[in-house]
Amino acid sequence: MATVETHRVRAGRWTELGLLVLSLALGIGAYALVGLGTAQEVPANWLGHAGVLTGLALAVHLVLRWRAPWADPVILPVAVALNGVGLAMIHRIDLARQTRGVESAFAGRQLMWTAVSVALALAVLVLLRDHRTLRRYTYVAMLAGLALLVLPLVPVIGQTINGARIWVRVGGVGMQPAEFGKIALAVFFAGYLVSNRDTLALAGRRVLGLQLPRARDLGPILVVWGASLAVLVLERDLGTSLLFFGMFVAMLYLATERVSWVVLGLALFAGGAALAAATFGHVAARFDVWLHALDDDVYRRSPGGSGQLVQGLWGMASGGLFGTGWGEGRPDLVPYAESDFIVASLGEELGLTGLMAILSLYLVLVQRGLRTALGVRDGFGKLLAGGLAFVVAVQCFVVVGGVTRLIPLTGLTTPFLAYGGSSLVANWVVVALLLRISDEARRPAPVVRTTTPGGGTAGLATPAAGVEILGGGRPARAGDEGDDQPTEVVRGVPR
Amino acid sequence: MNTPLRRLATVVLVMFLALLGSVTTVQYLQAGSLNNDPRNVRTLYREFGNARGSIVVAGEAVASSTPVDDAFGYQRVYADGPLWSAVTGFYSIANGAGWGLEDTADDVLTGRSDRLFFSRLRDVLTGRSPEGATVETTLDPAAQRAARDALGGQRGAVVALDPRTGAVLALVSTPGYDPNALAVHDTAAASAAFSELLAAEGNPLRSKASQELYPPGSTFKLVTAAAALESGRYTAGSTLPAPTELPLPQSTRTLGNFGGGGCGADPVSLAEALRVSCNTAFASLGIDLGADALRAQAEAFGFGTTVEDLLPSTATSAFPEAPDGAQTALAAIGQGDVTATPLQMAMVAAAIANGGTLMRPYLVDTVRAADLSVVSTTEPDVLAEPVSEETAATLTQMMLGVVESGSGTAARIGGVAVAGKTGTAQTTADVAPHAWFTAFAPAEDPQVAVAVLVENGGDLGSDATGGRVAAPVARAVLEAVLAP
Repeated sequence: MATVETHRVRAGRWTELGLLVLSLALGIGAYALVGLGTAQEVPANWLGHAGVLTGLALAVHLVLRWRAPWADPVILPVAVALNGVGLAMIHRIDLARQTRGVESAFAGRQLMWTAVSVALALAVLVLLRDHRTLRRYTYVAMLAGLALLVLPLVPVIGQTINGARIWVRVGGVGMQPAEFGKIALAVFFAGYLVSNRDTLALAGRRVLGLQLPRARDLGPILVVWGASLAVLVLERDLGTSLLFFGMFVAMLYLATERVSWVVLGLALFAGGAALAAATFGHVAARFDVWLHALDDDVYRRSPGGSGQLVQGLWGMASGGLFGTGWGEGRPDLVPYAESDFIVASLGEELGLTGLMAILSLYLVLVQRGLRTALGVRDGFGKLLAGGLAFVVAVQCFVVVGGVTRLIPLTGLTTPFLAYGGSSLVANWVVVALLLRISDEARRPAPVVRTTTPGGGTAGLATPAAGVEILGGGRPARAGDEGDDQPTEVVRGVPR
Repeated sequence: MNTPLRRLATVVLVMFLALLGSVTTVQYLQAGSLNNDPRNVRTLYREFGNARGSIVVAGEAVASSTPVDDAFGYQRVYADGPLWSAVTGFYSIANGAGWGLEDTADDVLTGRSDRLFFSRLRDVLTGRSPEGATVETTLDPAAQRAARDALGGQRGAVVALDPRTGAVLALVSTPGYDPNALAVHDTAAASAAFSELLAAEGNPLRSKASQELYPPGSTFKLVTAAAALESGRYTAGSTLPAPTELPLPQSTRTLGNFGGGGCGADPVSLAEALRVSCNTAFASLGIDLGADALRAQAEAFGFGTTVEDLLPSTATSAFPEAPDGAQTALAAIGQGDVTATPLQMAMVAAAIANGGTLMRPYLVDTVRAADLSVVSTTEPDVLAEPVSEETAATLTQMMLGVVESGSGTAARIGGVAVAGKTGTAQTTADVAPHAWFTAFAPAEDPQVAVAVLVENGGDLGSDATGGRVAAPVARAVLEAVLAP
């Protein structure tokens, strides 16, 4: 005889609170250790720093309880931990610069940006009650994404910093619009692909065993892809170009399940990279620096030499297995130690052990995002969550791989760790979207559940029991597009 | 859509595994070679961040690290820098540890030496920042100052040894330089100071005591005389031909005596030839003994080998490989292709003073860990036995004659028997000769052996001889060591 047994899904808010305590202890403890390591005393503003960080984390936690009670309980603590460790390292680099007499106050501004980011994330969670609302703005997102990409090319407000024209400055506030562009384009791709996935996957000719899509189906994608690549070549921002490319290929593959897209994408990218290396001096220089970083003439070349990269490698090497400890190394010797090279700074002071822990945190974050994509019922949500999670993974790969000479170095910020308002705000919005989608994914579907005649709610089934609909509040949405697969909340258990 | 999502998750996993691999490569597998890269200033910064040990002369630090409030944490300070520069060398963020004990004793000064294993282990266990060991030298500050003062503004060098042990008592090179200028924590200023010293008059960075080679001139006659006595065919009384001019074999040239005259008699005894420093007598003696015997005797005194672990870049004194007859004759009087450092000539005097036994010269007496425990003490070590005790005694008697009534009377000290030998080494025709003097005292119980070199005649220029210019410097150093 088979009985139906309810599998209770935990909302996980208490788990989240417990993990948050750990995350805050990590971030705030690191901040205190920076002071102890450099000046043998806890930083003067330690309590204030701890208060702000705790307040922000608790605010998100409480809003989740209110507006997304079923959201994934691991995503927020991981983001808080990374953000806290990043703040501590930025403060540490401030101190190192100050002892050399250089004005440096990045940590305070980064904490301010953290507050702005969390406020925006909260706004997303409160205002966006259902992620599928975004699907209505598929083409608006496309236009917004393209506009954000070309914004730095606009005269007057666009700025070229270190050879890359990726900055916009209006009224004293600078930002990197590409960071927001990646979210807008992820929304566009999710919306567009979920509507056209069948035609993209099935219609078209087979060439050499590959299913090639029809040109008219490809149109909008090629427009966005070509435009973004062209603009990025004009802006000389290889890292962001790689990031978008990875996202496009991954989402196309998710939508169509065709390996042909991956092959096509990789071929296009390899061709593009070869062409860029042959055509643009700065791309060729990047490859040269990557392959021959330790050669003396490459090391001493300026600009375009490997000085920064090699300084970072030396920093990490001096950290060794266990690192010098907070405040005991010299991360400030590396240019941009607080932003592009914060991974090298962390490697120096926390060692291989610390860096592996940080990479594991990223891996957990990305895998929770992908788990969310697996769990959510609608195709749009699957594509959006999968795309956003993969973007975080690619961004880590490009930055950490670049700093450790796995791949050529390109300028990208490390999510949550690196100094920079745009990156922080964008990544907190990504987290808010993932949390929103995970609430949908983990919310129990309406469940047929039995009640005992006596009115008790014991989970055991009796044949004569009445039937009542329980569940997360909303009825099942039968008409959703996409391959809706209900999450397993009801199981038949053989006895 | 779930199958591609699962595959994507696998791709992500592979990406992160690749990152973990590359991080491990940089921070573990390649860490050693990256840390040892000579362009990597971090190693230097880390060393500067630890207390480097002091270099001590007679209980007082001549080089020490004092805590300062900057990025490095410690500033290297040299007391009376120019006086000790040939000994200490320098320790600079721009050029590393160089030229002196800062270089040769670097591993104990930094505390990295294996000899300091236990104190390092204790530092790790107690969490103290590691401290380097202190190096206590054998130098005698009075002798060092006397040598510097006697040389004055002249370019030259003085090396004084304790002949019984090989301990270096004085090691001076003038002009000296101030290592403090190189130790500043401003890389640009340190580099500029280094370039300035490289270009400076008199080449102050190079130690004339141990890093530069000179023709030893007549001081080399001690080696020729030793070879003659050791051959068994000659005694102090053996007579030698001493013409005013000696035709050089296999050559159309002739060799004359200093000043162009004779040697007081012809033939002349070996002792008398040394007393008046007779060139023609020693040249003909050299031709008779042959190049091989001369070279063997020179190498027994230390020519052709470098004193290990004493000072960096110590030059190797040399006797020519295959001289013809004329070159052999010139070599026998310390001209031609014979080259020597003042350190080498001090070793020749010290070996004669010590009854024919040459002790290995050493500068570091004791190494003390930061907790003042003795890490190591240098035990005197026999380097060679170039001449017999009998030969040494004969040579001592001959050298006493030089100071008593010969070319080196300026080195006489009342009440003390000083044995010495002058040298006046020609280089090229239009340049004043180098003045040499090497001596030891007291002759009956030698406590100090010294070699003095004054480049290009010093204050006297072309009128200079070893007896007039170098001998007074040697006397000052001998007096300073022997003073009660």
